[in-house]
Amino acid sequence: MAEYQLPETLRYTREDEWLRPAEDGSAVVGITDYAQQQLGDVVFVELPEPGAVLQQGEACGAIESVKTVAELFAPVSGEVARCNQELAQRPEAVNEDCYGGGWILAMVPSQPAELDGLLDAAAYAQHIADRE
Amino acid sequence: MSGAPQGGAANAAGGLAYEEPLIFEQSRPGRRGAELPRCDVPEVDAAALLGENLREDLPALPELSEVEVVRHFTRLSTWNAAVDLGLYPLGSCTMKYNPKLNERVARLPGFAWAHPLSPAAEVQGLLELCFELEGFLAEISGMDCVTLQPAAGAQGELAGLMMIRAHFEQRGEPRSKVLVPDTAHGTNPASAALNGYQVQTVASGADGVLHPGALKAAMDETVAALMITNPNTLGLFEDHIAELCEIVHAQGGLVYGDGANLNALLGVARPGDMGLDVMHMNLHKTFSTPHGGGGPGAGPVAVKRVLAPYLPTPRVQRGPDGRFAWRDDAPHSIGRLHGGHGNVGMLLRAYAYILSLGAAGLRRCAEAAVLNANYLLARLRGAWHLPYDRPVMHECVLSDRALQASGVSTLDVAKRLIDHGYHPPTIYFPLTVPGALMIEPTESESLEGLDRFADTLLQIAEEARRDPALLHGAPHRTRHRRLDETRAARKPVLRWTPQEESA
Repeated sequence: MAEYQLPETLRYTREDEWLRPAEDGSAVVGITDYAQQQLGDVVFVELPEPGAVLQQGEACGAIESVKTVAELFAPVSGEVARCNQELAQRPEAVNEDCYGGGWILAMVPSQPAELDGLLDAAAYAQHIADRE
Repeated sequence: MSGAPQGGAANAAGGLAYEEPLIFEQSRPGRRGAELPRCDVPEVDAAALLGENLREDLPALPELSEVEVVRHFTRLSTWNAAVDLGLYPLGSCTMKYNPKLNERVARLPGFAWAHPLSPAAEVQGLLELCFELEGFLAEISGMDCVTLQPAAGAQGELAGLMMIRAHFEQRGEPRSKVLVPDTAHGTNPASAALNGYQVQTVASGADGVLHPGALKAAMDETVAALMITNPNTLGLFEDHIAELCEIVHAQGGLVYGDGANLNALLGVARPGDMGLDVMHMNLHKTFSTPHGGGGPGAGPVAVKRVLAPYLPTPRVQRGPDGRFAWRDDAPHSIGRLHGGHGNVGMLLRAYAYILSLGAAGLRRCAEAAVLNANYLLARLRGAWHLPYDRPVMHECVLSDRALQASGVSTLDVAKRLIDHGYHPPTIYFPLTVPGALMIEPTESESLEGLDRFADTLLQIAEEARRDPALLHGAPHRTRHRRLDETRAARKPVLRWTPQEESA
């Protein structure tokens, strides 16, 4: 099994996204190291409009790599606060630094209880192992 | 791209194989390939006639002699991979051999010279053929009525979803959602979204097929349709298809069938009998018409009676006197989808194919396609990882998991197959299988041809273990080495730019 970076401080989804609660009440969202390795070189990221109100699990964008196109899902319900517009010019940031410069969007969760339902690093690692 | 010859003065890339610059780069001012005859009618002043519509600047078309144009396109044609050159195992695309008899039929002058606006009285034979082809396709699919208009499978899907939408609007109960399994072709959710539907993905089970429980959980009265491909893109027959259709129908929904994989069922089983309400058929897959360089295709759509009022117009009909005519008096029709009457040249080829095989021949074709796929699977088992190791229909899916220890990926394997003389299979699809290689041999291949391909895949698996670098660097024997697909996608150059513009 390949090695994946899975920071302990993040929450994860079964759809291979991570979420990091920020101090201002918003939450930053991106895709995991596993996801970016599976996708290969990312060539285009389609972002939702800031202000869009999303339900948990709703498709809200797409990540296109040379191999495939993967949908982006809202990890929790809430409003999109801002998106990483830099990805339009540098989609490769998702591959280079998926937990930092390759962040995708920030949202304001409307159902804080949903955060508790997300996976921690150990549970997500198990989820990956089950699939491999 | 530079116009400079890369292989000596004759652009030779090796032996009598040629490199070739763009036709624009070969243009020389004033060079001509044709000469117009002397004008033998009174000249008129174009400026006076056309006024402000007269162009003052000439379009920037390349200027070449006839032989230069012929050589340019003939050289490019030698770069083609084609089913007439060898096995073309592109999964889900059914790259079967296109019999030359089809071509002969399509070139009969009465068909080839027919005009879309010809009066019906002058093209009775062609209309009769369209009418009969509709009947053949209805019989093969187990449906009631057929439109031949859609130009491809994706347009067929669009037509099918438009009819479904019209059906619910007509009943005064518009619905909002369409369900699509996670193994579906990407065109399915696209067709649903284009019709304003919210797309909901339904996960298939661990055995690769859709299960009634998963469908039940997603199905309610807001769902207009389930779009399903059977066999699915893993090459697996959807075992629960009858029950799945019942679940959708119980809530008033309809079932759309993606006919991409109909080749596996020809003459054996009929989607209409399974409960499907509407489906498209890809004539360029199942019925041996050319895929061409992206077209033209043909994607006729067959429907059960409930959707017949919405079929595109005009429709060909036989009058009581046995004469054929175009009719467009259908008030609920979704309208016209294609200029003329669809890609008629493709319809002629499919008609010739169906008649030349006959009912028994169509069935043998499906049986051979299924046997061939299972034979490949049996030969590859052990050396290759099979994510769903069970009998398949017309195609099989491998993955690169068994090669991962040597660092070799599906992409490397695809490129290495080119060195061995094979067009690569479909890769990284379906999305439910990481590192998928989706192989569809079709019924066209002989036992010897299948063995050569299986031997090659076994050899590549061995090469991966012995010499991974060989695969990472593949292809080695092509005119160009591995292209930088990432850079091409991130920084696409979409058009040629004249030098004075780019300077």
